[in-house]
Amino acid sequence: MTATIMPTAASITVPSEWRDYFALTKPRVMSLVVFTGLCGLLAAPGHINPVLGFTAVLCIALGAGGAGALNQWWEADIDARMKRTAKRPLPGGRMERTSARDFGVALSVASVLIMGLAVNWLSAIILAVSILYYAVIYTIWLKPRTPQNIVIGGGAGAFPPLIGWVAVTGHITLMPVLLFAIIFMWTPPHFWALALFVQSDYAKAGIPMLPVVAGEATTRRQILGYAAVLFPVSLAPWWIGGVGAIYGVATLVLSGLFVALCLPVALRRSVEGDRMKPEKRLFGYSVLYLFALFTALVADRLILGQGLAA
Amino acid sequence: MTPEEQDALKRARRGRNLALGLVLAGLVALFYAITWAKIAG
Repeated sequence: MTATIMPTAASITVPSEWRDYFALTKPRVMSLVVFTGLCGLLAAPGHINPVLGFTAVLCIALGAGGAGALNQWWEADIDARMKRTAKRPLPGGRMERTSARDFGVALSVASVLIMGLAVNWLSAIILAVSILYYAVIYTIWLKPRTPQNIVIGGGAGAFPPLIGWVAVTGHITLMPVLLFAIIFMWTPPHFWALALFVQSDYAKAGIPMLPVVAGEATTRRQILGYAAVLFPVSLAPWWIGGVGAIYGVATLVLSGLFVALCLPVALRRSVEGDRMKPEKRLFGYSVLYLFALFTALVADRLILGQGLAA
Repeated sequence: MTPEEQDALKRARRGRNLALGLVLAGLVALFYAITWAKIAG
């Protein structure tokens, strides 16, 4: 199969490789999705056959990959206008648009069917909802229309631990909903920190990111606001007795540091030629934060034997 | 199409076919394992 570079008049024919298909799945985003999904599965009370557990995590990964491919199919024109995304397979002219769409649909459908047949249908339904949420509600509907796109769209990335948990238990309880809420509240400060230092790129692509539409000061205030809400939400699993002290103490420190790193971001204003160090530091820490928090959750469950069906 | 482009096309096609073959083999192994897990469960 060959692809024709879309945006330019001079068509260049370049064969698409397996690496291009792999790149469509957004492997870096997928790693966080797989990790949080696996942690939800490991922290859930009860037992799942290791083969079925592996299948559940694989389906979460495939579903995320399918949603990522559909996102790149829909946003190929926008990606071409942004430095960060201009070299992706579609704007880079290494793949036809329909191939990306078909690949995304195939991965999405396969992941939901395998999840339903091998694990349980409730987790398959939530997986399907998460894919539609990301591909339709976030990518097609909200992202180009509202500066609050990240807030509601963040829900898409919050599903994996819920799916992992339900794969084990077969039903939804308060604990996995709290895990969902943690990622939901974490997403706005995480993305807006990024949006602050790639602001010009989003503006050029016509995406109404909060810094572009509402201004830097509002964005900085909202980053701190969401971090302040994230603090009690992240500790809620401990307060309701769903997890033990390992998670509680670790999260107290992690969330405290998160708020502390948001403070300088909220209180400062960028100047000409600003290197945006506090924003970059916050973005880097936010990724580490989520990995550490979910690691603490699993450690708590494995060491203290908590993970009650709260 | 130049000989270089033909070579590139062949290489890409071979790589994709190999990857697809590995994915299919992986799926066969996965479904086999799932079947055994279901029977055991």
